[in-house]
Amino acid sequence: MSQYPVNPEFVAPGKLSDNERLKAESDHLRGTITSDLQNEITGGFTGDNFMLIRFHGMYQQDDRDIRAERAAQKLEPLHNVMLRARMPGGIITPTQWLAIDKFAAEHTLYGSIRLTTRQTFQFHGVLKPNIKPMHQFLNSIGIDSIATAGDVNRNVLCTSNPVESELHQQAYQWAIKISEHLLPKTRAYAEIWLDEEKVETTETEPVLGDTYLPRKFKTTVVIPPHNDVDVHANDLNFVAIAEHGKLIGFNVLVGGGLAMTFGDTSTYPRRAEELGFISLEHVLKVAEHVVTVQRDYGDRVNRKNAKTKYTIDRIGVDNFRSEVEKRVGVAFEPVRPYAFTSRGDRFGWVEGIDGKHHLTLFIENGRVLDFPGKPLKTGLAEIAKIHQGDLRMTANQNLIIAGVPLEQKAQIEQLARQYGLLDDSHSEQRKNSMACVSFPTCPLAMAEAERYLPELVTKVEGLLSKNGVADDHIVLRVTGCPNGCGRAMLAEVGLVGRAPGKYNVYLGGNKVGTRIPKLFLDNVAEAEILAQLDQLIGRWATERQAGEDFGDFVIRSGVVAEVKVSKTDFHA
Amino acid sequence: MLLSSLVAQASPLSEQQVKQLQGLVSQLNPIQQAWVSGYLAASAQLAGQSVAVAPSAVAAPAATLTVLYGSQTGNAKHVAQDLGKAASGKGFTVKVQDLAEYKAANLKNERFLVIVTSTYGEGEPPENAISFYNFLFSKKAPQLPELRYAVLGLGDTSYEFFCKTAQDFDQRLAELGGKAIIARADLDVDYGTAAANWQQQLITTLEPEFAQAPAATADVISWPGVSQTAAAESSYSKQQPFSAELYTNQKITGRDSSKDVRHIEISLAGSGLRYQPGDALGVYFSNDPQLVKELLLLTGIAANTPVLLGTERLTISDALTEQLELTQSYPAFVDKYAKASGSEVLQALVADKTALRSYLSERQIIDIVREHPALISAQQLVDALRKQQPRLYSIASSQAEVEDEVHLTVGVVRYEAYGKPHLGGASGFLAERLAEGGSIKVFVETNNNFRLPENDDTPVIMIGPGTGIAPFRAFLQERDVRAASGKNWLFFGNPHFTQDFLYQVELQNYLKQGLLTRLDVAFSRDTAEKVYVQHKLLKHGAEVWQWLEQGAHLYICGDGARMAKDVHQALLTIVQQQGGKDEKAAQQYLDQLRIAKRYQKDVY
Repeated sequence: MSQYPVNPEFVAPGKLSDNERLKAESDHLRGTITSDLQNEITGGFTGDNFMLIRFHGMYQQDDRDIRAERAAQKLEPLHNVMLRARMPGGIITPTQWLAIDKFAAEHTLYGSIRLTTRQTFQFHGVLKPNIKPMHQFLNSIGIDSIATAGDVNRNVLCTSNPVESELHQQAYQWAIKISEHLLPKTRAYAEIWLDEEKVETTETEPVLGDTYLPRKFKTTVVIPPHNDVDVHANDLNFVAIAEHGKLIGFNVLVGGGLAMTFGDTSTYPRRAEELGFISLEHVLKVAEHVVTVQRDYGDRVNRKNAKTKYTIDRIGVDNFRSEVEKRVGVAFEPVRPYAFTSRGDRFGWVEGIDGKHHLTLFIENGRVLDFPGKPLKTGLAEIAKIHQGDLRMTANQNLIIAGVPLEQKAQIEQLARQYGLLDDSHSEQRKNSMACVSFPTCPLAMAEAERYLPELVTKVEGLLSKNGVADDHIVLRVTGCPNGCGRAMLAEVGLVGRAPGKYNVYLGGNKVGTRIPKLFLDNVAEAEILAQLDQLIGRWATERQAGEDFGDFVIRSGVVAEVKVSKTDFHA
Repeated sequence: MLLSSLVAQASPLSEQQVKQLQGLVSQLNPIQQAWVSGYLAASAQLAGQSVAVAPSAVAAPAATLTVLYGSQTGNAKHVAQDLGKAASGKGFTVKVQDLAEYKAANLKNERFLVIVTSTYGEGEPPENAISFYNFLFSKKAPQLPELRYAVLGLGDTSYEFFCKTAQDFDQRLAELGGKAIIARADLDVDYGTAAANWQQQLITTLEPEFAQAPAATADVISWPGVSQTAAAESSYSKQQPFSAELYTNQKITGRDSSKDVRHIEISLAGSGLRYQPGDALGVYFSNDPQLVKELLLLTGIAANTPVLLGTERLTISDALTEQLELTQSYPAFVDKYAKASGSEVLQALVADKTALRSYLSERQIIDIVREHPALISAQQLVDALRKQQPRLYSIASSQAEVEDEVHLTVGVVRYEAYGKPHLGGASGFLAERLAEGGSIKVFVETNNNFRLPENDDTPVIMIGPGTGIAPFRAFLQERDVRAASGKNWLFFGNPHFTQDFLYQVELQNYLKQGLLTRLDVAFSRDTAEKVYVQHKLLKHGAEVWQWLEQGAHLYICGDGARMAKDVHQALLTIVQQQGGKDEKAAQQYLDQLRIAKRYQKDVY
């Protein structure tokens, strides 16, 4: 029950989904995880625990490449977990990096560190006996994975902007505070993974509620004009407003989200919209009550319509805003002017206003691993060994070596080049392309994404060059399923997996990520995708207006209709 | 025959008895005569039986040849049975019995005793001979001044304690006053001809003794330990194996496993072969043609050179591929090959038994020839090699579940040595050379010393790490189909959980459905400290003890050299700790379990 008056007209009627039962019966996310850890007969989690471990930052996965092979071998799937760390703003120290580098090498099936679109890292392929030691290890270096998955507020993003170092520092501190303010209060994580004693108290979840949120919830702190965090993919966004380089408050945007379900037109990707401006003293309260309003009014009957974006479309943004205002006790001020002009990372060296130097490295697909001829993982470890600043994971899955004093610049650059981390041959196209993890680990994957992207980019580069626009690029994103991790629904060209080798192609997003693309090709294979892209790029090259981006061109020329209001336009 | 023509000389009756009988019969009408004849026939039959059990004071006891066998793989059993058949064919009264079934108290009454036995592990008696062996070497063993005995040992010269148990029996029976009928023979793996010769010699020696006895009751032969149904329904045997179709050859270890274990399914359709859970399947195989080719190349022999194998004429290539042992090496080969090749190094090696054993431990025949190639004749090569012995695999299925199929769990012997890959003979044939749909010669080897309890309510504890799980898959299938209510507890172990959990999904399902009451696993290489099944047993010692006290039967299958010993030691500890017994009492407790057939092993 909510501690606030709830308008019954705004509550979705019907029988609660099974996930609601599961959360209610979970004893604040404990379930029987502990007894599953002792079960030596399966490498997986059983019953509700399969879902509950997500609230602790893990997904049960298996090596899908060998699933059929193992079934024939009378072996269960190669169950393991993926762990997603909680790293608000994505900043990690060199010491922490060296520790996770070692852990990945020694205790994961894939040996890699995966930088993700949620500005954190993931371990892939951790077997059950290693799970508890993993959490204890992370705890020992000051990292946890609480609430990085499940129906909670997940890792809070923050624009990676090392140039405006002071402003970034302030925004980053807010990302941490918001993350901590919205964390579950249950001690389940500490008890299960860190062996902390059970404390005899009546546990409550005043913010998230005893059955937590209706669905996942994503928050960002963004520093315009850079939209690297992709605000429109997130439920709640704090857009930093500064005066004279000092943060004074935020414009609040709510209801973005990219996930959808194929064949269900009640689901769609949707942009976030503005609630208004708030000053700094209200930030935590506003964050809390956007969450509690979504908690109380989000659809707990149909999980496919449970996210904030549907709540807002169902009850109306004005009602949503006034519910938040009532609970915070403050009215939003009119939105302060802001604009986004870029989204991708700025690669190479930049100097911050604090005089420190920052090197942004392009990490293809965010996969940190020693590849043949490109020992990226070893290279980063070598850098971490001498680096005195910090490392920053970006929402574009790249990495910034931040806070390098001038005298160390040359040495770090030398290491980066030696290990293939700085590679001038990467095209703009490659650096503006992105994919989710997908096969072989993600259980939701319908088609390849990460493993396919490099060769797709090479082919698209070929098309650009063939059509005489080799120096231009198109924001290209591939995601293995319609759940949105690869943020293809904010790309100029977005591929969303349908089946092995088959994708839906969406066109018409823009460079800065403020427009949802529209379906162009339905369930097609690569040959068709490339043939159509070849033709469109050819037209773009010859017909475009000065400086016109590909995504803008396809809309102006009527290749696809613009999606203005997702609810009505996306499936139209 | 008419009574009038009945004379004492032609009958076992005295002259007076003949007269009395003639007097009586003359007073009877034909119906009365018929009744009397039936009465006499019936009472004679009864009398005959009682004679066999307890000889009457009047009639001299019929000389009985008791043939006992101690058998691990069934070879000694077959030799004993052959001997029984041959002797009864000569009119001897013969009793053939499993040593496990034999009542040691009868030993003092035996006059003619033959023991055929193999030796196990490091000179220990085979599982079914342990009780008798212990009795014979105990203070309870009677003096046997009347006993005439013969011992036949079966073994493998590549083992250090070749035929040790046979030697022990021989020596001990002599100590107790027994006299050898003929000298003991210690036979190597290719015992066939030698065993037949020894049997012939034995029968010839005994014939005068048994010829003096009254008419032999040849059909008194009883063969406990032989499944009568299997014998009755199928004409296929070790001598005449069934040519079966390979249905399935499925690797059941993960791609990163250091082990290659295959789940093999073979069709027995049309064979009439029946087996019970606990039995083994004998498998004949063809050698690797590449191996044959290389061997011929190294010895400079043409593939089509004719050779004589016993009385059979065939090409050397066929002899090597189909009939001779090419993978397992053994001292006799080194000896013969050393002579044929003239290799001084090998000849010196033959003289040093310890060095020879270590030399042979991981060398196949081909390795020896590779190291000492020599141009020898085809016949020399054939004569140096012994005949292929079928390999026995514990059956991993129950016919109650799989009907006309038989399943095996085969660990493929595969290793690198001396810079070359090596593959086991039978396992290599099954795993790599025999295509699905191909045919393989098989027979059923019964093993009555590894049987589920007859009572379905009895709990069972099964300890089967590695491929030792095979018979327990059969047990579980059987108990599942029979809807047996007894509890089932399985201990399994292997190196790695993710790669080596044999039949994991099946076992998970059995656990879910409740057929498996408990499943405890030990994956030795997943943890810093190696954990084996015996550690799991000890960990759950209190429950193990509880189950035993509830009458549970205990089974061990798998590696005998280490695992079975370690498990036995763990059991001893459990009985001591949980049962509050000292070491000796604990040993007795386990002995009693074994005698009661509640503690059975199928180890190799």
